Amino acid sequence: MSNTQPTNLKESAEGYKIETENLNAWFGKSHVLKEISLKTKENAITAIIGPSGCGKSTFIRCLNRMHELVPNARVSGKVLLDGKNIYAEGVDPVAVRRKVGMVFQKPNPFPTMSVYDNVASGLKLTGLRDRKKLDVVVKKSLELAFLWDEVKDDLDKSGASLSGGQQQRLCIARTLAVEPEVVLMDEPCSALDPQATAKIEQLMTKLEENYTVVIVTHNMQQAARVSDFTAFMYLGEVVEYGSTRQIFENPKNELTERYITGKFG
Amino acid sequence: MTSYMIRKFKDKLAFILSFLCVLVAIIPLGSILMEVVKNGAPALSIQFLTSPPGAVGEAEGGIASSIQGTLILIGLTSLIGVPLGLMSGVYLAEFGDNVLGRSIRFFNDVLMQFPSIVVGIFVYMLMVLALGSFSTIAGAVALSIIMLPIVARTTEESIKLVPNSTREAAMALGIRRWRTIISIVLNSARSGIVTGTLLSIARIAGETAPLIMTILGSQWFFAGLKAPMDALPLRVWRLALLPYDYAHQQGWGAALILIIIVLTLNVGVRFATRGRYTGR
Repeated sequence: MSNTQPTNLKESAEGYKIETENLNAWFGKSHVLKEISLKTKENAITAIIGPSGCGKSTFIRCLNRMHELVPNARVSGKVLLDGKNIYAEGVDPVAVRRKVGMVFQKPNPFPTMSVYDNVASGLKLTGLRDRKKLDVVVKKSLELAFLWDEVKDDLDKSGASLSGGQQQRLCIARTLAVEPEVVLMDEPCSALDPQATAKIEQLMTKLEENYTVVIVTHNMQQAARVSDFTAFMYLGEVVEYGSTRQIFENPKNELTERYITGKFG
Repeated sequence: MTSYMIRKFKDKLAFILSFLCVLVAIIPLGSILMEVVKNGAPALSIQFLTSPPGAVGEAEGGIASSIQGTLILIGLTSLIGVPLGLMSGVYLAEFGDNVLGRSIRFFNDVLMQFPSIVVGIFVYMLMVLALGSFSTIAGAVALSIIMLPIVARTTEESIKLVPNSTREAAMALGIRRWRTIISIVLNSARSGIVTGTLLSIARIAGETAPLIMTILGSQWFFAGLKAPMDALPLRVWRLALLPYDYAHQQGWGAALILIIIVLTLNVGVRFATRGRYTGR
């Protein structure tokens, strides 16, 4: 049985980085998120768990305005990043996405680019051309993603020639290169083997020193290992939300308890 | 016979049959190529390639003006047809999931099936009658009308093959939509787009009917965009109709040169635009 002790709980006076207020989301007529009001603490890892179809991926995609890219998708309510509503009139979604990065379930490095170009793409394609600055950022991001040692001898090789776990770390490096404040991860390890997963979990723990991390996972042990706070979602609503330790050791809601003990999901 | 042996036999039989089908498909292609090479090679000489056609009846002419004309036409047509076709393809693939997109797609497919002589007549009325003379530019316009739907269609299909996860990755980094399309999507779709463009060039390089109605043909080198011009398919046609043996041989030579030009273009462009990693 894996260790369910959560990592150092940050009960400091740090504020809330991302808050949602009465967040609702639809795909066409289908109402997939219902009145979600959740606050995630800065520089902490918040895990969203729940059975398939409960709306966890939709939820985090609302946090960086990716949900609206799907045709017929709609959002109502507020999402506050550092107190400012990212869905307010006149807010540029592109600017939001630079502050709130995302790592996807299946690693998706750009197929026609080298490792170096992949990591630099977020910066190069928004105007930064200075080779020296790019070199520095690429090295720093790859180090943060625990990938530098494995690729430093050949940064020119194709991004797609790496193994699955390396590709996912490449995608994380790419996300970190644009210096976001929040990193969203949508089941980042579900396509990876246990060793690769372990590396990425190690990475996440290092990340929370400087970033706010929100991770969706269907792997409860992972949530218990890695996160400080956990939210359990079911059928589009947040059933229970609290410190990871409390959720796993002392769930207040019966539904939560049944999910945690594997009675459904 | 055991059922395993029967299966093995059927497997072998299917393999042999499909191999024979491939041969049947290749044989006409191979025999045409052989005929052209056999009949055309003797006509090739430095003089043949560098001098314009002489007076009718003289055996000393060449096809230099036709080569120049065909190359100019390919260049001008691509200049008009490729950007327009590319942009249409991008629109249809990225923004075309609506009524307007469906109508454009439909008309595009209709245009692709137009008989080329009809295109020739249309441009004849539009440009030759209006400008008062047969002209190079009219020829380029006619050929680009033939080229455009092909490039648009193949561009659209190639772009659609780029997985959505690639687009999402780019958008999530905060890269704008148009930048994503140009720098990432088009790059990933590059080999398919290049193939489509090369196919359309091969097609228009050999079109004769629209050229009859637009550039008319000439015995001299390129004389300006508003003047008639010579081109290889026209020259082949004219030479084939003459009653002289030397003319027929020159016609074969011209056909051979046309095939060589298209082949070289194909190999050259593929080489120049090969991706670093896919090698395609």
